[in-house]
Amino acid sequence: MKMADEASKGGSGLEFHPMDQFIVKPLFGGDAVNFYTPTNVTLWMALTVLAVAALLVFGTRGRAIVPSRAQSVAELTYGFVYKMIEDVVGKDGLKYFPYIMTLFMFILFANFLGLIPMSFTTTSHIAVTAVLAGAVFITVTAIGFIKNGAGFLKLFWVDAAPLPLRPVLAIIEVISYFVRPVSHSIRLAGNLMAGHAVIKVFAGFAAVAAIAPLSVLAVVAIYGLEVLVSAIQAYVFTILTCVYLKDALHPHH
Amino acid sequence: MEGDIANMGQFIGAGLAAIGSGTAAIGVGHVAGNFLAGALRNPSAAGGQTATLFIGIAFAEALGIFAFLVALLLMFAV
Repeated sequence: MKMADEASKGGSGLEFHPMDQFIVKPLFGGDAVNFYTPTNVTLWMALTVLAVAALLVFGTRGRAIVPSRAQSVAELTYGFVYKMIEDVVGKDGLKYFPYIMTLFMFILFANFLGLIPMSFTTTSHIAVTAVLAGAVFITVTAIGFIKNGAGFLKLFWVDAAPLPLRPVLAIIEVISYFVRPVSHSIRLAGNLMAGHAVIKVFAGFAAVAAIAPLSVLAVVAIYGLEVLVSAIQAYVFTILTCVYLKDALHPHH
Repeated sequence: MEGDIANMGQFIGAGLAAIGSGTAAIGVGHVAGNFLAGALRNPSAAGGQTATLFIGIAFAEALGIFAFLVALLLMFAV
């Protein structure tokens, strides 16, 4: 009987659907979502920007020689991104530091704010990460053509390979160049969405009394893993941006 | 009945696509394991190569995420 009830609901037998957390809802009632509707995505993106601004503006306002906790965190993130660009792109990449720092801080804070229970993970939506990755792709391609002119196309013409192989390699290089924004965006969104869905699946198991303690332990463990994944994915997104920028500034292999 | 068979195909396809996530796990383990093997031989050079490590892991992982995406598309979009 119970089985039949569950089957008639068409559900998977869990108390709630693990993907329900990703539904975009308007904040002030109603169902219609237009481009101007304030939704939970808008709210959590605004909170992300506020959190970044609070850390970087108010944290460093004291300009103390012996930094406070907030100031040292702000200085650490600044130095971290600065050194990353210096190592991967080189000195001439530092001109683009503001953009890369913005990307890093936004993704990092969006990921961490998404881990707060009952919150919304904006970076788990491909729509959000596709805009970020698409902006990087367009920016980097434009920089490549502006800095090198037609010489940017040398990126696809591998001089190190034997001559007969070069056209084949050129096709592969062009394909891999245009797959970049796809993998760049899906990596971030997929990691975040998969992690949060797994947490919800284990949370759904907690409704069954026999395995409840196990599932609570599993949720705690996966939550810890997700904290790690949040930071690593922000780092990976940023460092891939740096790699693409390096290709645009120095297209010679 | 026809709808049932189509549903079944979706679920089987999604399950098969999930195998791809497992193979990506092999790839990520390979990258990290080889990095550790190299780092233990020459620990002084390891610090400068963590960026390369993460880039390698990211590329290996992307393909697993593609498999996961195919599974999701089969489950929810088709």
